[in-house]
Amino acid sequence: MSAALIVVALLLVAVAGTAVVATGDPARQAVTLSAYGVVLALLFLVLQAPDVALSQIAVGTALVPLMVMLTVRKTEK
Amino acid sequence: MQILAYGVAGWLILAGAFGMVRSRNLIHVTVCLSVCQSGTYVLLLAIGYQWDAPAPVFSPGSPIRLPVADPVVQSLTFTDIVVSATVTALLLALAIQIHKTHRTLDPDDLQSLKG
Amino acid sequence: MSRRTRTAVFGAGAAVLAVLFALAVAGLPPFGNGDHPYRDLAIAAALRQATPNVVSSLTFDLRGLDTLGEEMILLGSVVGAVALLRPRRDETVRNRSRTENNQSVALVAYVFLPLTLLIGFDLLVHGHLTPGGGFQGGVVLATGLHLLYLSGGYDALRRLRPLAWYEWVEGLTTAAFAAAGLIGVRNFLPHGTIQQLFSAGTVPILNILIGFAVGAGAVVLLAQFLTQAIALEDD
Repeated sequence: MSAALIVVALLLVAVAGTAVVATGDPARQAVTLSAYGVVLALLFLVLQAPDVALSQIAVGTALVPLMVMLTVRKTEK
Repeated sequence: MQILAYGVAGWLILAGAFGMVRSRNLIHVTVCLSVCQSGTYVLLLAIGYQWDAPAPVFSPGSPIRLPVADPVVQSLTFTDIVVSATVTALLLALAIQIHKTHRTLDPDDLQSLKG
Repeated sequence: MSRRTRTAVFGAGAAVLAVLFALAVAGLPPFGNGDHPYRDLAIAAALRQATPNVVSSLTFDLRGLDTLGEEMILLGSVVGAVALLRPRRDETVRNRSRTENNQSVALVAYVFLPLTLLIGFDLLVHGHLTPGGGFQGGVVLATGLHLLYLSGGYDALRRLRPLAWYEWVEGLTTAAFAAAGLIGVRNFLPHGTIQQLFSAGTVPILNILIGFAVGAGAVVLLAQFLTQAIALEDD
């Protein structure tokens, strides 16, 4: 893959990671975390790691944000 | 390019740690820990990359063409992703129990261990 | 200590870490170079064991003891979360829920449920041939099952997901994984021809066992959170 693609993917990951940390409300953080998971999976794909990208999509886009949302719902009551 | 790849990994680790230190909510701490861990994944995969080398999977029907990207770091990273998700679940379960007992999720208010 | 002191201490620590990290990274070979000695050894060994997916070969064959350790971490986390989130004596479990269903979300979930389960099984079974494997397939299966929650609500999910079965499956498959590794501490089944479905010795079997263990573990884990958030009511 060309260097430009890797540079763009790395910058997107840095911005998305900063966005996740900067989101203060955990309910909103679940959505940002899910988007961060997709961007990270793109970076892994560009770095020629398809197994890792599959893992990241399955876990970081669906499983962890779901658990965060359920925890937020439980602790808001 | 080297600076950018490893710099992004280091930035993610430090940003995650900063989020943990400045946080006011235990769930926010857990999510920032997850960002910190993903910084290490980026570091590992950046070490294993080679220019113009395809993925280390030789699918049926395609010829075996070396050199490929490094499979050892990919193996380390991909089991780590799934296992750290379950550890995140354990941390969130702890947060639920803390909220049940102390009715607060603010780390600054949880002073019960203070002498 | 107060927030300001904590942030100041963190700032000092982060500065030192950044300097040391930069020094360490400056000593690495340049990004994207071709000098990977472990890669050459690993690929030669994986092709000898007739496994086209070198990452799967490393995970389940060449570095299988590591995966056993990771599987034990997974088992420990699931057991810990189940123990922490047990309903207490003063909490009653409500066996009906009040969630309303959105018709379009229900339709999309009904369409995608069989597709997702099929993709999950495909990832599991072909883990030694194409990218995928036990861990990915297991998580896809577990999250696919929870599309039932989106389409039918919590009641549908509870009726179609007998939790005791999943707990048994997780325990038994983790034990079988450990036993399969300890019976012969190397790949003892015939290797077959490379790139065929029945090849690579024990790797497909271990893939399937890990897939069910991870999938069942994730379902049990999510069940604890769903029970806590939806079905429990306080005293």
